Amino acid sequence: MSASAPESDAWPLWEVFVRAKRGLSHTHVGSLHAPDAALALHNARDLYTRRQEGVSIWVVPASAITASSPEERDAFFDPAADKVYRHPTFYEVPEDVEYL
Amino acid sequence: MLDPMYGNDYGPTDVAAPESHKDRLPRRDEPLNAADAAALDGYFDELIDADQRIEPRDAMPEAYRQTLIRMMAQHAHSEIIGMQPEGNWISRAPSLRRKAILMAKVQDEAGHGLYLYSAAETLGVSRDELLDRLHTGRQKYSSIFNYPTLTWADVGAIGWLVDGAAIMNQVPLCRCSYGPYARAMIRVCKEESFHQRQGFEILWTLARGTDAQKEMAQDAANRWWWPALMMFGPPDSGELAQQGHTAQSMAWGIKRFSNDELRQKFVDMTVPQAERIGLTLPDPDLRWNDERGHYDFGAIDWDEFWRVLKGDGPCNAQRLEHRVSAHEEGAWVREAATAYARKQAERTRAGAA
Repeated sequence: MSASAPESDAWPLWEVFVRAKRGLSHTHVGSLHAPDAALALHNARDLYTRRQEGVSIWVVPASAITASSPEERDAFFDPAADKVYRHPTFYEVPEDVEYL
Repeated sequence: MLDPMYGNDYGPTDVAAPESHKDRLPRRDEPLNAADAAALDGYFDELIDADQRIEPRDAMPEAYRQTLIRMMAQHAHSEIIGMQPEGNWISRAPSLRRKAILMAKVQDEAGHGLYLYSAAETLGVSRDELLDRLHTGRQKYSSIFNYPTLTWADVGAIGWLVDGAAIMNQVPLCRCSYGPYARAMIRVCKEESFHQRQGFEILWTLARGTDAQKEMAQDAANRWWWPALMMFGPPDSGELAQQGHTAQSMAWGIKRFSNDELRQKFVDMTVPQAERIGLTLPDPDLRWNDERGHYDFGAIDWDEFWRVLKGDGPCNAQRLEHRVSAHEEGAWVREAATAYARKQAERTRAGAA
């Protein structure tokens, strides 16, 4: 999609999320081009759920997604790295204690 | 009135759905919470009978929606009110290690509250409305947080007993019939394990310390044991199962075990742990019953429970006042963030024009 060419007739990009079955979250499966939301939904049905891969679909304009940037990855996620005490295995409890 | 919000869900059921969510089915372009029961009788029951999850756009009985809003909101309220008794000890934690751990734990409680508020919002209620119901006393939170944390050992007792009891309640909720609630509970349960273990470790350490430290650990166990048992809610098995909300919540797949079953499981799990730490639980009637294959335990003081629930606990007023003032004093931060976002948006628009 060419976001910088608003005059063009190019269809915008839509990201597609499918719920595989009840009880599970919608998961990103890919994207497609479509002129509007209704057609994006139909196209997603045809493209991504031909074999009953889902019970529900979300389509989201790709332009509406704000993503974290790869260059900032370290600064963004590193603060969690030295907090090992957030994990249960950090704590030493006697081995013979059940249900801990 | 006995649904499982930390075992004790006694809030009023009279909060009606917003008019905008009644009597219609969701359009495709609407947000996720607009379906209504009227059009699809039978559809909901079939899903429940097949032990399928209900998802936000499914038609559902209004009573089911309202029960879940109440439960999830009260659960969320409990998480954020639960930050207070532990937050009380952050500045006085006995070491940097303990302080970092406690901060991480209190941060988790805030996170759990946010998971649950966002799951509740899928039912068509706004977060502001839920907070308002908490702040005006129209919705409750778990009574356990109306007890004070008098010593450092109380931080251990909360992790070990209170979070231990919460896990016992929450694990079955991972299979709750409402999808967003079940998924939130899976996240929460994964994180609770750290909470329980760090609490156990605190008491384990104190119980191997000086006489004063041992005494402190024992005193905390004495004070927290009975309130922890009350967390599962009043008796609801046998004949009582037909009263209150238990039968309906069981039929809807919201509740999977009775309060009494969960309480018994908790006692059976915890007594050997207490013995291992070297603590005595404050119940002279507590003993193994070979015939039943369970521990017997003494009578719970339900008068105390109802008293605390109705507002007359040691810290009810303090907890709510603190929550309300934190919210009000934080208003300028929210306003500043909104103003900044607006200004940025205007700049972007001006730049694009």
